[in-house]
Amino acid sequence: MAMEETSNPVVQGEAMISLRDLRVSYGEREILHGISLDVMRGETMVILGGSGSGKSTLLRTLVGLEKPSSGEIWLKGQNIAAISDAEMDEIRKKIGMSFQGGALFGSMTVGENVALPLREHTKLEDSTIEIIVRLKLDQVGLAGFENYMPSQLSGGMKKRAAVARALAMDPEILFFDEPSAGLDPIIAAGVDELILDLKKAFHMTVVVVTHELASAFLIADRMVLIDKGYIVALGTPEEMRKSTHPRVRQFFDRIAEPAVSEELDYLQMLTEDNRPKRVAAGKRGA
Amino acid sequence: MELATQIGGAVTDGLAYLGALATLGGRAAYFTFIAPLQGKPLRLQRAVSQAMQVGVGALPILSLITFFIGLILALQAAYELRKFGALNYVASAVAISMTRELGPLITAIVVIGRSGSAFAAEIGTMKVTEEIDALETMAINPIHFLVTPKFLAMIVMLPCLTIWANFMGVLGGSLFGVAQANFVFTGYIRASLDALFLRDIVTGLIKSFMFGITITAVGCHEGLSTGAGAEQVGRSTTRAVVVSIFLVILVDLVFTTLFFFVSGA
Repeated sequence: MAMEETSNPVVQGEAMISLRDLRVSYGEREILHGISLDVMRGETMVILGGSGSGKSTLLRTLVGLEKPSSGEIWLKGQNIAAISDAEMDEIRKKIGMSFQGGALFGSMTVGENVALPLREHTKLEDSTIEIIVRLKLDQVGLAGFENYMPSQLSGGMKKRAAVARALAMDPEILFFDEPSAGLDPIIAAGVDELILDLKKAFHMTVVVVTHELASAFLIADRMVLIDKGYIVALGTPEEMRKSTHPRVRQFFDRIAEPAVSEELDYLQMLTEDNRPKRVAAGKRGA
Repeated sequence: MELATQIGGAVTDGLAYLGALATLGGRAAYFTFIAPLQGKPLRLQRAVSQAMQVGVGALPILSLITFFIGLILALQAAYELRKFGALNYVASAVAISMTRELGPLITAIVVIGRSGSAFAAEIGTMKVTEEIDALETMAINPIHFLVTPKFLAMIVMLPCLTIWANFMGVLGGSLFGVAQANFVFTGYIRASLDALFLRDIVTGLIKSFMFGITITAVGCHEGLSTGAGAEQVGRSTTRAVVVSIFLVILVDLVFTTLFFFVSGA
């Protein structure tokens, strides 16, 4: 039972993403303290964690927006921590990312937004691109919205349009940053449904960062709980639900932060496996 | 000791800033001049729409301002020239000060206010809303996509605007010339043209070309280094304007000095 994270995660099938002792720092401050994790082909991995746990940093590092200070990130057989920008760009053409607020380009229509990667990276005819755009918008339930400006869309629709843009290049891996943030429960459920549909239809590998438990339990094949830059727990939703790990219970049962003032107090809550090799006194993970 | 540390720190920061600007300008220049030869086409359509905003959009306000500047110059010059009974030199005084100095400078300052700030605000907002990150994850180089069209628009439009500004300045001066200095309009224009050498115009245009690079680099650099949050966009915009004005004047000084010593112009 792969309940607690170990340095050698149980590997079944082919790993699409492999992290080995990944460390990321902003200046002097280390945000991620040695993350090791495998995401299998076709799997939906949900990265859970509170605000400032480092989960967003982990996602940004996976798509190459942050450079790790050490460790390895194997994406489709290449260690993206040690490749050139040109090589990274080739990998990026095969991944899609949906940002928290959608990150649609405000000066372009929805259709132009979806068409952008195709226009930039392919030599397809305009008419072909138009068809692909219509298809992608149809897939996310936005058929007929090609000529709308992003500002005319609601939050949920923006997110769907962003997913359509992420799908434009037929990616093998899809990343989501907080897909349900800022959405009402009904719209959020619709986005969850969309993720499930995409996975069913294309067997895509999906990585989702969220703190929405309901959504996480619905879409995850496996989930990982990140806290203060460490992996606290990793397992299937069922395993996580049964977990007795204090930090997992606290997160799932929505218990307010106990009065933990010292880094070492907090570290005692972690399992032996996760105890870091070196701890700088007074340095708190963010 | 404290003071020395502070001065040292400020100098290092300033040099680092100039280094960052040079890097950005260099990469924009690479995408403008070299990358098209390697099969990465220029985004001419985006550059043209930028050129419309930077150039054509600035014409009304720039015309009005430089017309007034020309008139002011004529009045100020006349104050001194009148003492020598040399009022007919007003035309050459205005023409030379406009083409060599005030035409390029005033144009640059108007463009900083209109476009340098807009570059910083636009790119800064895109940074805050993760659009820059989105470009990168789509393997689209933000500098190629965003900065290069602005760069191209600016280095073409700023010299053009400067020529127009010079003309409007002379026109402003002619109002005084005709009304107070016994010129007929055509005579004033002819006197202005006679006073100018080609190098007066060319040095002014070289400076305006450099100003264009400076304004784009600062505006885009400030936009790209915007932190998180909407208030940061405001901060970037303000900084873009202040730093651009300072650097434009610094570039002006450097090039004017250079022209003075190299060619005596």
